Amino acid sequence: MLEQFFPNVKWDRMWEATTETLYMTSISVIATFILGIILGLLLFLTSKGNIWENKPINTIISAIVNIFRSIPFILLIVLLIPFTKLIVGSMIGENAALPALIIGAAPFYARMVEIGLREIDKGVIEAAKSMGAKTSTIILKVLLPESMPALVSGITVTAISLVSFTAMAGVIGAGGLGNLAYLEGFQRGRFDVTLMATVVILVIVFIIQFVGDYITTKLDKR
Amino acid sequence: MISIKNVQKIYASKQGQVKAVDDVNIEITEGEIFGVIGYSGAGKSTLIRMLNGLEIPSDGTITVANRVVSKIKGRSLRQARQEISMIFQHFNLLWSRTVKENIAFPLEIAGIDKAERTNRVNELIKLVGLEGRENAYPSELSGGQKQRVGIARALANNPKVLLCDEATSALDPQTTDSILDLLVDINKRLGLTIVLITHEMHVIQKICHRVAVMEAGRIVELGSVLEVFKNPQQPITKRFVQQVTEPEETKETADHLIERFPKGKIVQLTFVGEATEQPLITNLIRHHEVTVNILQGKINQTQNGSYGTLFVHLDGDIKEITRAIEYIRSQLVGVEVLTNA
Repeated sequence: MLEQFFPNVKWDRMWEATTETLYMTSISVIATFILGIILGLLLFLTSKGNIWENKPINTIISAIVNIFRSIPFILLIVLLIPFTKLIVGSMIGENAALPALIIGAAPFYARMVEIGLREIDKGVIEAAKSMGAKTSTIILKVLLPESMPALVSGITVTAISLVSFTAMAGVIGAGGLGNLAYLEGFQRGRFDVTLMATVVILVIVFIIQFVGDYITTKLDKR
Repeated sequence: MISIKNVQKIYASKQGQVKAVDDVNIEITEGEIFGVIGYSGAGKSTLIRMLNGLEIPSDGTITVANRVVSKIKGRSLRQARQEISMIFQHFNLLWSRTVKENIAFPLEIAGIDKAERTNRVNELIKLVGLEGRENAYPSELSGGQKQRVGIARALANNPKVLLCDEATSALDPQTTDSILDLLVDINKRLGLTIVLITHEMHVIQKICHRVAVMEAGRIVELGSVLEVFKNPQQPITKRFVQQVTEPEETKETADHLIERFPKGKIVQLTFVGEATEQPLITNLIRHHEVTVNILQGKINQTQNGSYGTLFVHLDGDIKEITRAIEYIRSQLVGVEVLTNA
């Protein structure tokens, strides 16, 4: 039945490409989550009226974040080729896509983290201070738990962007479903392969969205 | 216990410098419930925040439990804050934590181990009357219950001082009274010094021993609650006292009666302490040829005695009325003859 509609799809190749996409997405999501939270915290804490208020540092981080967030992803990959070669040693394969994926997504996520942190009631931070909490305690026990639903819904949106970023990275040699759809589907004129790769990507996106929404509602006790 | 000396707090704003707190001097003794009353913007919020170092005074010294909180920083300030806890108008609980976990938070900060934390949390839950709600999240609690969590959380590390920042302003009158009763109970049981700020004279009247009236950053009046009620000096203090002693209707009733009875006099009697217990009206009628018509009356309980006001209409021979008023004065009751406003 499937062979009839998708005569050119090689299922073992499709599966392989799917695992490559999942690999790139999951590693980059984890790294983006960590890096984005660190950057987001720095943006928040150094902003006006907060614990580490520091205008120069805030301006610098903010500028870096804005620049990297504004570069179109396809150009970011190209611009990062020398950097990727330096740290990964190659510009072909799934690992070669990771630096660009993380550098492209982390600033985007950092802004969402910052927004999430801003929504925390200032009074709660003041209460923690009045109890004699250290800054590290305030970060780990107040800021992060109190903004967790926003952090999770933010990483869900970012993860979905990252799936489409991996497809773009695939086109210029990073492997995965994008690579398969482009090389085996588009360039050889096999429309069914492109279509099937798209369906698989859609399924991945739907699963991410569903899981993200589920966790967000579970976490939110407000 | 608390000593505030020549304290100033100046903010720089676009319109120039703003003196939020201007040369304030207060001494608060151990075990006292001290109230600061003022309208919003009077500087009381800044003042109370300087007591735990959330705000640093621009000038002057603040000593709380032998620590100069206006000077210390870092670790010693954090340690001092465990002895000077605070409750807030909007409770400021962590929504992501249950009642139990919220109360445990200051204990985690103090580095107390898990078993001891659990014991202490259970004790505190009993103390504030939240049995059965341990595992609820703040969103599932009423305002009064949230403030009870706030109080339990503030008491967790056995503080010496409790600061209350408009702690009942977001609550309805009945809940306000139950929270105030709880504060008095804690004050008596634990000997805790309480400093509270409010804009409601009712709060001051109900639980405070002494009160400071704040206006435009300055303390304009300070004394025992009964003294201030009996004899308010400043116009602002009089207005605050009227909040509880003289409801709006009284004024209207008096105006109305002055019109209706051009003869005779409308008199406001003020009783303080023991004066509230003597049969003044009976004696008045027995000894003087006057008609007494009681318009309105109220007795307020304060922490250091009761205080009452009574509005009466006196009618009869003008000389007799004058003598009757003199008699009332001789009984150590305050008399004020009201005239048409």
